[in-house]
Amino acid sequence: MSTVKIPPVLRASTGGEKEVSAEGDNVGEVLFSLADQHPDTKGQLFGEDGTLNRYVNVYLNDEDVRVLDGLETAVKGGDTLVILPAMAGGG
Amino acid sequence: MASGADLIRRAKEQITEVDPREVNDLLADRNGSVVVDVREQQEFEESHVPGAKHVPRGHLESRIEGAAGDKSARVVLYCASGNRSALAARTLQEELGYENVESMTGGITLWKDRGFDVEVPRTLTAEQRERYSRHLLVPEIGFEGQMKLLDAKVLLLGAGGLGSPTALYLAAAGVGTIGIVDDDVVDLSNLQRQVIHTNDRIGEPKVDSAEQGIHDINPGVEVVKYQTRLDASNIMEIIEGYDVIVDGVDNFPTRYLLNDASVRLKIPVVSASILGFDGQLSVFAPYEGPCYRCLYPTPPPAELAPSCGANGVLGALPGVMGVLQAIEVVKLVTGSGDPMIGRLLLYEALGTTFTNLKLRRDPDCPICSRDPDEISDEEMGVFPDYEAFCDGAG
Repeated sequence: MSTVKIPPVLRASTGGEKEVSAEGDNVGEVLFSLADQHPDTKGQLFGEDGTLNRYVNVYLNDEDVRVLDGLETAVKGGDTLVILPAMAGGG
Repeated sequence: MASGADLIRRAKEQITEVDPREVNDLLADRNGSVVVDVREQQEFEESHVPGAKHVPRGHLESRIEGAAGDKSARVVLYCASGNRSALAARTLQEELGYENVESMTGGITLWKDRGFDVEVPRTLTAEQRERYSRHLLVPEIGFEGQMKLLDAKVLLLGAGGLGSPTALYLAAAGVGTIGIVDDDVVDLSNLQRQVIHTNDRIGEPKVDSAEQGIHDINPGVEVVKYQTRLDASNIMEIIEGYDVIVDGVDNFPTRYLLNDASVRLKIPVVSASILGFDGQLSVFAPYEGPCYRCLYPTPPPAELAPSCGANGVLGALPGVMGVLQAIEVVKLVTGSGDPMIGRLLLYEALGTTFTNLKLRRDPDCPICSRDPDEISDEEMGVFPDYEAFCDGAG
């Protein structure tokens, strides 16, 4: 079981949850598991071709999965995935 | 008993005097020679011959070897008018065994009359030593770092939630020049978080109110006001010449525009953004680490890019993020510590969690993978679906 950190703009899609536990042996499986639990996140994370939207960055612990093996990157129990869309608020 | 004037006259007969012109030529080709100023500390601090060592005549015997260790080397002494240096030269020659010592005729007075360059050492005023004493006490900043801060030019984009604390702390830190870009006026709803503004300045332009706030805490700071919105037509002119840019703007198009312009001019950007209870912080140092486009090649669709005005923000959150920005600026200016280049900090206030992520340069980045001269005016701030994004964002 991994922990997925949900950014503020996606929390409306997770019922306000900031962290969601999800199963999966790689990054793609964990994110699809998140999308199964919270279907509204799917269109925000993935394009129609099933790849990650380019405006969403995903980190396995502190490393960008794009410099690892992308959605194929292996995930161990206890790992944390961070979803990071751009924010522009200056207040 | 000889008079003082007799002593000086006799000393000058015993030693060799050298004309300032010859000393000036010597500065260009030192060839092991040493120029020593034998005046008092205060006189030396006012101005001296460039590169001169300082050994006050009262400390001549005990300190000269630190300044001129080789007794066979050429040593030129000078003072204000050539008298004290003549006496000192005689001491070095007759009592300390210096073989090639001279006194400069007419001292620094004649030197200046001849129009030769002088060096004016930089010092802090008594007021500055007191004001910045807590900086001077930390070795990572100290005198050198404080001088760098006083010389620094920092541009703040926005005098809002993030810009307010940043401006106050950078002013307090003694940043010499603070530029502020903001076209807005102070509104009552700003005061929940924009702490540089005050109740009695509601309705005033934010640049004027911020200038007042800065001068209230440190009147020595020069404030440059730009009461305008950054756009492609003015950004290069505004940001050029600044050492660091602090980004607290509230929209994606300006962030992309800023990124492209700052990469072209190789100016580091300390970037933060806030929403609700969440903040992000990073330093984008062109060609040293990733740029904003390496991290976010395309903006999110408008429904995933809410602004603070629509969604609200905890008032103290921009305080935390803005002060973190101020610290990053001080680190960049003074060269201390590890700035957040290639790293992103996430702060989530409700859970009080800090998360550090690694950021990488994108070898295919449309902007920073290229030479800065190749980036054209036309492509600055442009991104895919720009029109659609801006339409969607309203």
